[in-house]
Amino acid sequence: MSKVSMVLNGKTVSSDVEDRTLLVSFIRDVRGLTGTHVGCDTSQCGACVVHVDGKAVKACTMLAVQASGSDVVTLEGIGSATSLHPVQAAFREHHGLQCGFCTPGMIMSAVDMINRHGAGNLDEATIRDELEGNICRCTGYHNIVKAIKAASDQMAGMSQAAE
Amino acid sequence: MYETTYHRAGSVAEASDLMSKADDGKVLGGGQTLLPTMKQRLAAPSDLVDVTKVAEMNGISEGDGSVSIGAATTHAEVASSDLVKAKLASLAGLAGGIGDPAVRHMGTIGGSVANNDPAADYPAALVALGATVVTSKRSLSAGDFFTGMFDTALDEDEIVVSVSFPLIEKGAYAKYPNPASRYAMAGVYVAKHLDGSVRVAVTGAGQDGVFRVEGMEAALAANWSPDAVANITVDANSMLHDIHGSAAYRANLVTVMAKRAVKAAG
Repeated sequence: MSKVSMVLNGKTVSSDVEDRTLLVSFIRDVRGLTGTHVGCDTSQCGACVVHVDGKAVKACTMLAVQASGSDVVTLEGIGSATSLHPVQAAFREHHGLQCGFCTPGMIMSAVDMINRHGAGNLDEATIRDELEGNICRCTGYHNIVKAIKAASDQMAGMSQAAE
Repeated sequence: MYETTYHRAGSVAEASDLMSKADDGKVLGGGQTLLPTMKQRLAAPSDLVDVTKVAEMNGISEGDGSVSIGAATTHAEVASSDLVKAKLASLAGLAGGIGDPAVRHMGTIGGSVANNDPAADYPAALVALGATVVTSKRSLSAGDFFTGMFDTALDEDEIVVSVSFPLIEKGAYAKYPNPASRYAMAGVYVAKHLDGSVRVAVTGAGQDGVFRVEGMEAALAANWSPDAVANITVDANSMLHDIHGSAAYRANLVTVMAKRAVKAAG
């Protein structure tokens, strides 16, 4: 057992868990945040993507204890039902989902790619390349790509307006 | 996953000590191979020694005619490093093509080379560039380090600390990824060294892991062009064959990827 402490969605949390506990199990089962999904459980589908110290990672392929001391953000940490993150809003606007199972990971990967490339700097080819690690079995990706492009462009406009 | 005990090392010395005390310890880098293997119960280490926070194993620095990369440096850090992009652009390109963005945020160069997966990308880079692997005990040439499929010269308690790459005149890496897993079906790294010699290293295709193609090396040293390797083939009898591709298919891919790599290197 280890004491795992982290800042989870801005709140310091601490729990004693077995060393073999996966980060995604810690988030879902110990902390009760079920926005992060377990899809393939083999690091391929990306439904479990969260941000650890500002970087997108697959929470099914990291131990909770590895993230001890880190800043972890899940889907619940970027927006809420009453105040959607621009990427969430764009997924709704452009119907970037069908069954919705992959959506949490898609959104967390989208936020990460916009952070890295800079808002407004994403073209369709880059978005498709960046979505290498996120699998959707419903949509054929087209509306997901449209949603991410729209969010990226909109966020660029927002940051310009703020300047 | 079976039970295990996690340790976070603060130095190479501490990591070595933890490894030597462990019953059946494993060094944990980004865990992008080790953790899935443990989840499948194909590995059950008693102890995991996390080295990702060891300062001396992190970061990228320029030496005299070389670039040194700490073993705990992630693929994303190598891919986006201004130093690597300026001095060894082909290596930055290789790192940026490993796995997917989330995997690249975790996976490390030290973990990749210590595991020596026959389909991993980094072993081809180390062999083609003539890199030196610095461990907690010694320095080894890439050729001596990689000893076979999933096999290296590392002792049980020996840890990869950094990898030093000499600068080259030019080079490139071309891979044909499996459409589903994105692991290399065949990946070829070609490098023209400053002394004019050429190295060609192949990953993904060989039964014994990474290997050099000396026929291509000689041909490219005489004539650096895609045509020079177009008619040089590797022996299909020593290639991997599985549901993803036959040995003959992989042997053909090696020549095709070699041509593409030379063309990309310019």
